[in-house]
Amino acid sequence: MEEKAKDIITDEQQEYIINIGPQHPSTHGVMRLVVSLKGEFVLNVEPHIGYIHRGIEKMCESLTYPQIIHLTDRMDYLSAHINNEAVCLAVEKALEVDIPDRVKVIRTLMSELTRIQSHELFWASYGMDLGGQTCYFYGLRDREMVLDIFEETTGGRMIVSYNCPGGVMYDLHPNFRKRVKEFIKHFRKVLPEYDDILTNNVIFHGRTVGIGPLPLKEAIAYGITGPSGRASGFSCDVRKHEPYSAYDRVKFNEVLFTEGDSYHRYLARVEEMRESMDIIEQLIDNIPEGPYAVKMKPVIKLPEGEYYQRVETARGELGVFIISDGNKLPYRVKFRTPNFANLSVLNHLVKGFKIADLIAIFGSLDFVIPDIDR
Amino acid sequence: MDKIPLAEFIKSLDSDLEIKEGKQFTEVTVPPSKLHSLASQLRENDETLFDFLDCITGVDYGHDLGVIYHLYSTKFRHTVVLRTRTADREHPQFDSVSDIWEAANLHEREAFDLLGIKFASHPDLRRLFLNSSWGFPLRKDYVDNDIITW
Amino acid sequence: MPFDIYDFTSFTKWIDTSLENAMSPFWTTVTEMAIAGVLFILFYAVVGLFLVYAERKVCAFVQNRLGPNRLGPYGIFQTIADLIKLLFKELIPIKNADRFLFNLAPYIVIIVNFMVLGAIPYAKGLHAIDFNIGIFYIIAVSSMSVIGVLLAGWSSNNKYSLIGAMRSGAQIVSYELSVGLSLITMVIFAGSMQLSVIVEAQRTGWFIFKGHIPAFIAFVIYIIAGTAETNRGPFDLAEAESELTAGYHTEYSGIKFAFFYLAEFINMFIVASIAATIFLGGWMPFHIGTWEGFNRIMDFVPPFIWYLGKTFFVIWVIMLFKWTFPRLRIDQLLTLEWKYLLPINLVNVLIMAFIVLMGWHF
Repeated sequence: MEEKAKDIITDEQQEYIINIGPQHPSTHGVMRLVVSLKGEFVLNVEPHIGYIHRGIEKMCESLTYPQIIHLTDRMDYLSAHINNEAVCLAVEKALEVDIPDRVKVIRTLMSELTRIQSHELFWASYGMDLGGQTCYFYGLRDREMVLDIFEETTGGRMIVSYNCPGGVMYDLHPNFRKRVKEFIKHFRKVLPEYDDILTNNVIFHGRTVGIGPLPLKEAIAYGITGPSGRASGFSCDVRKHEPYSAYDRVKFNEVLFTEGDSYHRYLARVEEMRESMDIIEQLIDNIPEGPYAVKMKPVIKLPEGEYYQRVETARGELGVFIISDGNKLPYRVKFRTPNFANLSVLNHLVKGFKIADLIAIFGSLDFVIPDIDR
Repeated sequence: MDKIPLAEFIKSLDSDLEIKEGKQFTEVTVPPSKLHSLASQLRENDETLFDFLDCITGVDYGHDLGVIYHLYSTKFRHTVVLRTRTADREHPQFDSVSDIWEAANLHEREAFDLLGIKFASHPDLRRLFLNSSWGFPLRKDYVDNDIITW
Repeated sequence: MPFDIYDFTSFTKWIDTSLENAMSPFWTTVTEMAIAGVLFILFYAVVGLFLVYAERKVCAFVQNRLGPNRLGPYGIFQTIADLIKLLFKELIPIKNADRFLFNLAPYIVIIVNFMVLGAIPYAKGLHAIDFNIGIFYIIAVSSMSVIGVLLAGWSSNNKYSLIGAMRSGAQIVSYELSVGLSLITMVIFAGSMQLSVIVEAQRTGWFIFKGHIPAFIAFVIYIIAGTAETNRGPFDLAEAESELTAGYHTEYSGIKFAFFYLAEFINMFIVASIAATIFLGGWMPFHIGTWEGFNRIMDFVPPFIWYLGKTFFVIWVIMLFKWTFPRLRIDQLLTLEWKYLLPINLVNVLIMAFIVLMGWHF
């Protein structure tokens, strides 16, 4: 009798299963994590996604190339400009268009500003995930300056839709250079403040150092790119290895660490903000004169074939894969989004850590849910 | 490794393969039966070392269903494209490469979810975004009954 | 004596005797209890509302914001509006919840608050009850609030709530030790457990100055442990917004939620006022040695103001903790208590006993 009871109560039945999400403060969007717990320890995490699946890839099949660009904003809304750029680069590569230098520099500048504002929001929300709510307001305060710059030039704050095949939609606003310089000056001053609040905090160290370590081999096998991959030592910066736009003419360092824990994933992003500022400073005074877009045909038809373009968004490598059958509509469009690939490692990382660490690890991978669901 | 030696090298692995130099990458067409062995050879071989699976794309070619793999080597920084296709639209099945690259797990689930392509020996092949009663929306013959027209 | 201009002893005595003349001793007691009860409920509500407002303003100050500023001058009516909103909100019944315990839990927390508030001396002669074992009573009663929290977590039929309640249980039971030991350090120094005697003993100097280094260590430990005991950040694991949404009070709505919310603030007020009473001299004015003129001026500030000033200073410090630090993890929290605070505290008690024995204090 006793033995029977023992058989019935297996380990699996003693698991305590909780749902984190679909609506939860720290999933930053609609995503559900089914977490099996034993006490405070996490045994297994199963992400359930698709709550905001909009079928962007299906929609792309019935839209023309200039129209597709506006859908890409809605994937990773924090790297909206970089996503646009990826599609434009793929189309331009397929059509073998030479784009003017001015466009290249403008795109690079905008991409780096996008990266800074994205990492600022990461910093802000990561602080909040770990209970330091003050970080959120500091991060948003400075992000607002970048959004104002975007608004002036592009008309949009987050969803910019600034690119079009062959260039950008409109020329830079006359205030652009002044505003960016003001922002860089301000941001150089406040970044040490960020370090004071969070990076050098003892409790923050206790919560993140050594939590969710990801060795280099696993990072590559799981396809982890972006700052999360570089924190493990995976040199995966597309800007360095396959330079696009104006990245071949600027000097910057690829931020690489070897530890790969939550703290270094965080640190990689903070350091990247510094590198991005360096890039902007190198370019802001050297914006070449010239047209801001080349004239394209009113109906863009890609020659038959397959086109793959990688870019480095704020979260990792975005691949745009277009199969064209020579029509004005693409035959198949696939977005290899960084967050989707990064999600695959979550369960592997959190096993054996506590539920509070789950939040720390989840936050440090910096997910944007619409980018996973597409 | 340059483009041409890469193509020649893959040819030396299996002379039956159809290898083409594309505009961007070397493109290899593999029959489904050879896919898994070729993939693991490309992954393990010191000459190629494709340790990073970039992307898995399922495609509906009208008659056939196909899968395109973008592989990348973090050491040599080169890319190869593997394609494979099957004419069986009812039960399209390929070998899973998720035992070679862990990253393939979610990508293959996505291809299953949107195109109905099955992957043999995949550890956890379930619908990813949509529920199980949904059709396979990325197939060209998919008809959306709820589509709103105006 | 100059401070006796604000002595409330004769005032309360006068009420007592005039009531006794008017009615039987039994009804006198009942009436006095009713008066005290009404006064405390008023005090509770006013302090609660003020603390919510203060928290918002302090938080806004730290976070570079303005805080509430629309309703009334500087937004002072904001919390009153919030209270009215909470009163009108629907009390959502939870399916499969243990209805009786679910409804009981907020009251336990509130009752514990009242029981502690009654024992604190607000000015000379102004306290509801002056036990000769006052500190013992406060430690004993305040540890009962964990029952309310555990009941709330258990009866809600919610997994987040249960984890929150369990964390809270582990946390309060652990930190209760540190609070108790740091108060015992001061009891050794004062030689009494009666709060009025302890305050009176600080007439010549506050204990934090008189008690050498052990008193200071006890004060720091008390503030840390007190913050943890009230479940406030960086120790707010029981609520842990980003992990457990709201912890043990996830399922509560309307006025029942408001009870928990208020109780949390009043707990903070209690912790701060005990710190003020035992370490910072309670309602005693601030005096510097032989500066007669200065001391005279300080004496004219009413003791109630002194008491509130000290209490709100401590509250301000606790609030700054919350808005600057990230949250700890449960094992780090328990490590801090059992591996650091408790041993330090035990040694501290010994040192204090030794100092008192040798008479090395001021």
